Amino acid sequence: MYDAEKVRKGLKLLIDNQPYLIVDFQYVKPGKGQAFTRMKIRNMITGQVLEKTYKSGERLAPADMEERQMQYLYREGDKFVFMDTTSYEQFFLEEGQVEDVKGYLIDNLPVSVLFFSGRAIGVTPPIFVELKVAETEPGFKGDTTSNVLKAAKMETGMSVQVPLFVNEGEILKIDTRTGEYVERVKK
Amino acid sequence: MSDRVRLHGRGGKLAANLRARSRARAAVRAFFDARGYLEVDTPQLVPSPGVEVHLDAFEVLGADAPRFLITSPEYQMKRLIAGGLGNVYQLCHCFRRDELGALHQPEFTMLEWYRVDAGMADVVADTEALVAHVATAMHGAPTLPGPTGTMDVSPPWDRLTVRDAFRRFAGVEVDSLLRDEARFFETLVTDIEPKLGVERPTVLYAYPAQMASLARLSPEDPTVAERFEVYVRGIELANGFGELTDAEEQRTRCEADLAKRARLGKPPYPLDERFLAALREGMPSSGGVALGFDRLVMLLLGEPVIDDVVAIPERAL
Repeated sequence: MYDAEKVRKGLKLLIDNQPYLIVDFQYVKPGKGQAFTRMKIRNMITGQVLEKTYKSGERLAPADMEERQMQYLYREGDKFVFMDTTSYEQFFLEEGQVEDVKGYLIDNLPVSVLFFSGRAIGVTPPIFVELKVAETEPGFKGDTTSNVLKAAKMETGMSVQVPLFVNEGEILKIDTRTGEYVERVKK
Repeated sequence: MSDRVRLHGRGGKLAANLRARSRARAAVRAFFDARGYLEVDTPQLVPSPGVEVHLDAFEVLGADAPRFLITSPEYQMKRLIAGGLGNVYQLCHCFRRDELGALHQPEFTMLEWYRVDAGMADVVADTEALVAHVATAMHGAPTLPGPTGTMDVSPPWDRLTVRDAFRRFAGVEVDSLLRDEARFFETLVTDIEPKLGVERPTVLYAYPAQMASLARLSPEDPTVAERFEVYVRGIELANGFGELTDAEEQRTRCEADLAKRARLGKPPYPLDERFLAALREGMPSSGGVALGFDRLVMLLLGEPVIDDVVAIPERAL
């Protein structure tokens, strides 16, 4: 348990059975009154940000969170199969649990998986992944300067805006934070 | 971080702020000296740190009798005026446990003064004149800098009763919150304090009798105390009283506070019998103010964090 007066940024709290991250906090106390801690907290599942005020001395429950390093193995029907790279234990995640990162999941991709009370609540891929272009309009040779983009469908099914010179079969580096094209990778 | 970097980094901001702080201190002294107040320095190591419910003190080991660091110099200064010393002021360090934040340091500087044969209105006027004087000494005009433009601090400031503040900013009757003190303070810090002293400094006054602390009850309306707080830009700058001079009433309040501390599981503190004896002997009718000097410097410089106006803050010790 944490004392409301002793919290800091980055602590994870359990409130109404939901995990929250403390993004900011402030100690407030009238000279002749009770002390409070005003916190800005983010729900780690929904992303919703709340402001909460706690009395000093109030006890706050820590959220039981664990981050585990895993490797994406393969898809089996509507399940996505991951393996813990330390224990070699396998995990099956539902499509809904990997929705945000599904487009980056190529076989053997290293990811970190956040568990809350034993349940995986988030999969974080590396910042950059390399994906092969499955479908796109034929490239225009020599057009390496123009800012015009076209759609390309990657091997995982995700769509990325790419420069005109990109061809099917090429490998592209994609920024997973933004979903944007970074560069072509020569293989 | 090294002290050289701390003082001279960020364009030498802290070093410049400490020079400004020194000028502000000189201006404070000039203000009180010119008005015939005597500067005193009372002990910081005392047998009772005060018994207020929400102030926790540091107990000091090594003395023969129990000793605490002062949470304010109130008892000792009142003994001096009860003894007949006349108007007094003091700039001293005070110590409060577990207080640390953008506006709090566990060791901070208090400016406290007492004016005899005077009441609340007189020391409100002193506070207005003091802040205008120091601001003028620093900036050439009675103004404070700020992100949304300068603030005029020349007297008179806005006045607002506690009852009206709760109605205006929280839409509640303060009386309905008094049964649950936590709700009173939560409403105060959340809905009210941030709205006070935005355009001009605000004097919040006429506190409910339960929040009287060491103030006397108003002779006209005994449901409220002659207590006021000054807010500037949402910051609580000063607290003042028409002082309670009745020894028996003071003892009753101290005992009630001690009982409340016990209920909350807070450490008990001794009653200061010499302070109570001084009141029994006769304390002149007087007004007194405690003003957070570090916060005054913050406001004078437009600094939002107390660490940037003190020489070595807690986190750099």
